[in-house]
Amino acid sequence: MSELKTLYKDGMWVNNPALVQLLGLCPLLAVTSTVTNALGLGLATLLVLIGSNVSVSIVRNWVPKDIRIPVFVMIIAGFVTIVQLLMNAYTFGLYQSLGIFIPLIVTNCAIIGRAEAYASKNPIHLSAFDGLMMGLGFMLVLVVLGAMRELIGQGTLFDSADLLLGPWAQSLRIEVFNFDNQFLLAILPPGAFLGLGLLIAAKNMIDAQIKSKQTAPPEAEKGPRARVTSLT
Amino acid sequence: MIVSSMAKNGAILTAFALVTTGLVATIDALTADKIAEQEQLYLTSQLHEVLDPTTYDNDLSKDCIVITDERLGPYNTQVIYRARKNNQPVALVVRHVTPNGYSGDIKLLTAILRDGTIAGVRTTKHEETPGLGDKIEVKKSSWITTFKGLTVHSEDDNRWAVKKDGGQFDQFTGATITPRAVVNSVKNAVLFAQNEFDTIFTTPSSRCEEVTQ
Repeated sequence: MSELKTLYKDGMWVNNPALVQLLGLCPLLAVTSTVTNALGLGLATLLVLIGSNVSVSIVRNWVPKDIRIPVFVMIIAGFVTIVQLLMNAYTFGLYQSLGIFIPLIVTNCAIIGRAEAYASKNPIHLSAFDGLMMGLGFMLVLVVLGAMRELIGQGTLFDSADLLLGPWAQSLRIEVFNFDNQFLLAILPPGAFLGLGLLIAAKNMIDAQIKSKQTAPPEAEKGPRARVTSLT
Repeated sequence: MIVSSMAKNGAILTAFALVTTGLVATIDALTADKIAEQEQLYLTSQLHEVLDPTTYDNDLSKDCIVITDERLGPYNTQVIYRARKNNQPVALVVRHVTPNGYSGDIKLLTAILRDGTIAGVRTTKHEETPGLGDKIEVKKSSWITTFKGLTVHSEDDNRWAVKKDGGQFDQFTGATITPRAVVNSVKNAVLFAQNEFDTIFTTPSSRCEEVTQ
């Protein structure tokens, strides 16, 4: 039980693939211009991560150490291709708007990182859970970043969600502000870097606050600082 | 010793390669029909956007020819779909491309009626700057629909330019290059269709599924 809890905490916060490990930045920064794209790529990555973790865990006792990396890469590439085919077949519009970033999931270091660091040493159910949590953590950051950029950039949320979820989702679109001109900085790549930087800063701030609450019983009052009131 | 471990590792790698390839091949076989159907649907919806489906009665996506012509773009072959009603020519739907945008090629689809007027234009693919040049997408702005009903009278028809160049089309704030490229490309495609209308209809049909996009 405590193992599951640790995995949960690691994936979602302490060792979050996007905010702490800083893995998979290429897709993270590129596709987060809208919530829909972010959610689509997040789900695809999540599926691949669970699939690859489970398969790596299943074969972990049969794969010699020397060839484990090519085997892992093969498994991951296989899953990515499968997810790509499925997306092409069932979410065609989203497949087109995500474009090259679906095959690029293969190169997302978070996936091979989890295969190597966790799944190759742990039983199947734990590996599956680890994949789920890491994937969810990654997806969460993608969606938050996507929401920030979409909101600031074009003043909407869930624009063209129907590409991912089907025609009913058109009604999900929320128009928060109405701009005559879009705020370009948020939509273009620099906005992604700034947004991610702010998210990481926010996480560190929260961590620091929690830490200062947990440790250090109220510090003894320090003497008042000398203050220069006049420079003349 | 080392040889036997090499052989063993090689065998294991081969086994994994076979299994993963087999799995991918299975999924591919299972989804192939669905993907083809989706692509067909996508093509049909593209064609319907530029040409009212009630004006013709043939299967537009199958009645097409492949052509290479400078007026439709400097390179690559382009596809032309032929709309007929009761076997009489109705309209041409032409794919064309311009390299003169701000970044990358702009791919367009234009439907031209028999009398030389435009039934509709859509951008099918582009890499223009989001927020500036991407107003050529019908999703972002209705600009591209202003072509409907227009016609080109001659090669030096000076209304076929953006307003900045003395023509009739709006440019976008901060982006003149993109609409200028689109206007020129559409103009050339229309001239091409007007001049070659009858020749194109008499050319035997070819398989053009693979050239799409």
